[in-house]
Amino acid sequence: MNMRRILLGAIASLPLLGLTPGMALAAEDPILLGEINSYTRLPAFTEPYKKGWQLAVEQVNAEGGIDGRMLEVISRDDTGDPATAIRIAEEMVTKDGVTLLFGTFLSNIGLAVADFAKQKQVLFLASEPLTDALVWSKGNKYTYRLRPSTHMQAAMLAEQAAKLDAVKWATVAPNYAYGQDAVKAFKAELTRLRPDVEFVEEQWPPVFKIDAGSTVRALEAAKPDAIYNVTFGGDLPKFVREGSLRFLFEDRPVVSLLTGEPEYLLPLGDETPEGWIVTGYPPAAIETEEHVAFAKAYMDKFGEEPRTGSIVGYNSILAIAAALRKAGSTETEALLEAMEGLQVESSPTGPFMFRAADHQSTMGAYVGKTALVDGKPTMVDWVYADGADYLPSEEEAAKLRPAE
Amino acid sequence: MGFYFAQLLTGLANASSLFLIASGLSIIFGVTRIVNFAHGSLYMVGAYLAYTLVSAMDLGAFGFWLGVLVAAAIVGLIGLLIEMTILRRIYHAPELFQLVATFGVLLIFQDATLAIWGAQDLLGPRAPGLDGALRIMGEPIPEYDLALIAIGPLVLLGIWLLFRKTRWGVLVRAATQDREMVAALGVNQAWLFSATFVLGAFLAGLGGALQIPRETVSLQMDLSVIGEAFVIVVIGGMGSVTGAYVAAVLISVLNAFAILIFPQVSIVLPFIVMAIVLTLRPHGLFGAAGSEHGAPTEPEQPLRLMGEKGMMILFAAMAVFALSPVIVGDFTTVLLVDVMVATLFAVSLHFMMGIGGMVSFGHAAYFGIGAYAAAMMVKQLGIGMLPTIFLAPAVAGAGALFFGWFCVRLSGVYLAMLTLAAAQILWGITFQWQQFTGGDDGIVGVWPAGWASSDKVYFYLAFVCCIGGIWFLRRAAHSPFGYTLRGIRDSRTRAEAIGVDSRFHQWMGFTLAGAVAGLAGTIFAFSKGSVFPDSLGIAQSIDGLIMVLLGGIHALAGPILGAGVFVMIEDWVTRLAYWRVIFGIIILVVVLLAPDGIAGGINRLFARIRAVRKGGTA
Repeated sequence: MNMRRILLGAIASLPLLGLTPGMALAAEDPILLGEINSYTRLPAFTEPYKKGWQLAVEQVNAEGGIDGRMLEVISRDDTGDPATAIRIAEEMVTKDGVTLLFGTFLSNIGLAVADFAKQKQVLFLASEPLTDALVWSKGNKYTYRLRPSTHMQAAMLAEQAAKLDAVKWATVAPNYAYGQDAVKAFKAELTRLRPDVEFVEEQWPPVFKIDAGSTVRALEAAKPDAIYNVTFGGDLPKFVREGSLRFLFEDRPVVSLLTGEPEYLLPLGDETPEGWIVTGYPPAAIETEEHVAFAKAYMDKFGEEPRTGSIVGYNSILAIAAALRKAGSTETEALLEAMEGLQVESSPTGPFMFRAADHQSTMGAYVGKTALVDGKPTMVDWVYADGADYLPSEEEAAKLRPAE
Repeated sequence: MGFYFAQLLTGLANASSLFLIASGLSIIFGVTRIVNFAHGSLYMVGAYLAYTLVSAMDLGAFGFWLGVLVAAAIVGLIGLLIEMTILRRIYHAPELFQLVATFGVLLIFQDATLAIWGAQDLLGPRAPGLDGALRIMGEPIPEYDLALIAIGPLVLLGIWLLFRKTRWGVLVRAATQDREMVAALGVNQAWLFSATFVLGAFLAGLGGALQIPRETVSLQMDLSVIGEAFVIVVIGGMGSVTGAYVAAVLISVLNAFAILIFPQVSIVLPFIVMAIVLTLRPHGLFGAAGSEHGAPTEPEQPLRLMGEKGMMILFAAMAVFALSPVIVGDFTTVLLVDVMVATLFAVSLHFMMGIGGMVSFGHAAYFGIGAYAAAMMVKQLGIGMLPTIFLAPAVAGAGALFFGWFCVRLSGVYLAMLTLAAAQILWGITFQWQQFTGGDDGIVGVWPAGWASSDKVYFYLAFVCCIGGIWFLRRAAHSPFGYTLRGIRDSRTRAEAIGVDSRFHQWMGFTLAGAVAGLAGTIFAFSKGSVFPDSLGIAQSIDGLIMVLLGGIHALAGPILGAGVFVMIEDWVTRLAYWRVIFGIIILVVVLLAPDGIAGGINRLFARIRAVRKGGTA
């Protein structure tokens, strides 16, 4: 009898549970953000990235958070497997009740989580994946992307490549979607700017398993005027070393995607090739007020220079904070509305915005030449290439996306 | 002409690198029958150690070669440690069980390396005195390549002398041929096995250390080399060191020339070569049919139908499971769907391995075909979800029918490797054929039909399919067909003597297991909403293998326990920093406590409790 009354009472009061804490906590309750990335699979890139967003979260919270609510990030390792990433996303959305999702590095995981976001109707800010499909052929209402895409970075390099005398080009790229997209975009842009160029050879080594000696020989055999390189990570130093040993780069300009990023440039050490035209990030040389402050705070906190991943992680949180402030709410619909054309006025890399038509941010990259300065690999003669200049117009971009 | 000669030399230099790691793997397998997944880790650690030693000593050419040798020696000692603390305790476990332990070791090494050397790739110093290139017939050839071309055959010669001219070598060769007989003649096996493992580890470390002038030292080294190393060993013939060298030359030189004509071929070339070689020569180029000794020592216990008490417990557990979505939250429901998919996949693999006696390293192929078939039917052909659930497994079954025809002609590890080749070739096609499969961008938007899109409804759909599939395979195991398969597994000769067409039965068993794996893949595709080539990759196959072996291959309940434990622990452990070390240690503890798998361990536990109780009442 007694038991039943307690039970009934408990059941009757259930709806209240839903109300009171929600109202009482609205002011102090942290805003939960779900973050997923390949921490064990690709630590070289994701560790600096994690430090980047940690720093930004700390700074946003130190300034009082978002309208008095602190940011709190739930971060998980996707183990490099899309299916695991989906399970984690599911847990974050249904169990932890996160406001939005962000992160991911590998393109296939980015695409999987983007599609999940569409299905579960939750905002997803893809921080790092580069694939064009994410915002174009497989774009959806719920997915935005921060980092300059494969197409943008390839277009930045094509612009520089067009200024060279070279007519006969050879390409070398890892054999998967990223490499294929990067070569396709570069070919298209360069041919548009310089109809006289021809592509005489292409090499497709398996990603992270390049047979560098043979690949170099095959490129050499085609006697190109210049080379476009997309290999990165562990493949890049092997390619550089075998290429220099076999004089592949003698009197031959090389245009190379992402090679200026400290993640990939630093391991080259004193064997860094001189004068490659690259996209990347020269942390020590950028002297804008925002960047100097960022680099100092980063250095103080972690005792090392920021890398590309750090900037991406940092800017992710800046973008999310801007969206939350603009929306004035944590409801997905309000956030989606805020994301359309969202302006991030101040960031270490300068202002950027999210285009309403294709959900791509206009965050740019640095284009310059590789060099050894005081025995340390870095970029020289660089300029900041604003992402907006390397994207198709919003009308054209909208046509690339599937109908909603 | 000069160009082609130079390309040949490049191929030969690569061959030496591959040979060093493959030879160690081959020797270890030949004597101890251990499929050593951690071999790539030993190679990686060798490279990291050499990097540290050579950079630290800075003694010119002498320092470089000393550093390389010391690094290899340290790796040999690490090998000794692994052998003495872990492997030695589980030599009597069922065939292949040791690979679970080496998988645990691999996980521990990954995190340990990350903790010690950090995440950034390291570019080792070039070999002093060999850092330039020579012109041969007008073509530049790196001096270090020439050194490697010499080192490969020298090591081969060294191993040959060791095996032919020393008493220890004679014993190793004898053990490779028939280790039971060697034991019967009074040779100290423990000592022989340790020494073999140390030699294998030393060679892996040497292979890694010698790579530092050519390759960045990175955390991906372990997994990037292990697949190819196995392929080399199998093409050459397991246990044959000369075979490993010939196979390494074959693969490397073929690759050097093939990329001139068809640059994309690199990703599947070794596996295509392996498939062709195994189809023509079932024991590899230099391998011989193994002696009957050395096969599983204990005959397996016959399967028994479950008793009444067992049935009651089973039904109760099923009922609790069926009701769980009512009690637990939505996320747990999703996790349970993952558990069911993994279980069905593991049960289908167990049907092949445990009942059919055919070990598969490439079972993910049929899981992946099921997932892709489902995705394509829904997205490209516009077929509804329900018909797809019936059709996609049929497609997977058809795939298994095709590959199975080739595979059942082989046995043991060779069969396993041919299944791996099949899976890798399929993976390569899926990865490469972008217009059709979406390449590694996969196929997205494969969500369940509207009525089944809630987590709870989908749970029940998965419940019906997965439990149905498990029940079906269980029935099959107890059917006359299942008895025949088990008969063939235990003694092919006797089964054939009584008129059983053993190949045909195995072929049908293979197909059935493939179709059920395809069903698991189908349920998987709809629960994740997207499919990627990972679903038919090596990692997926290995996960299945670990679940089956960890659970216990001799019991029907084994794969169910193994899959449940594996998925649950993985889901929990990946929340932690350095989770791979923890996961690795958990696996090793289970392996050491229950060398016959979790199911075997539980059985022994109950038997002991029963014995104690009886003792108490008497």
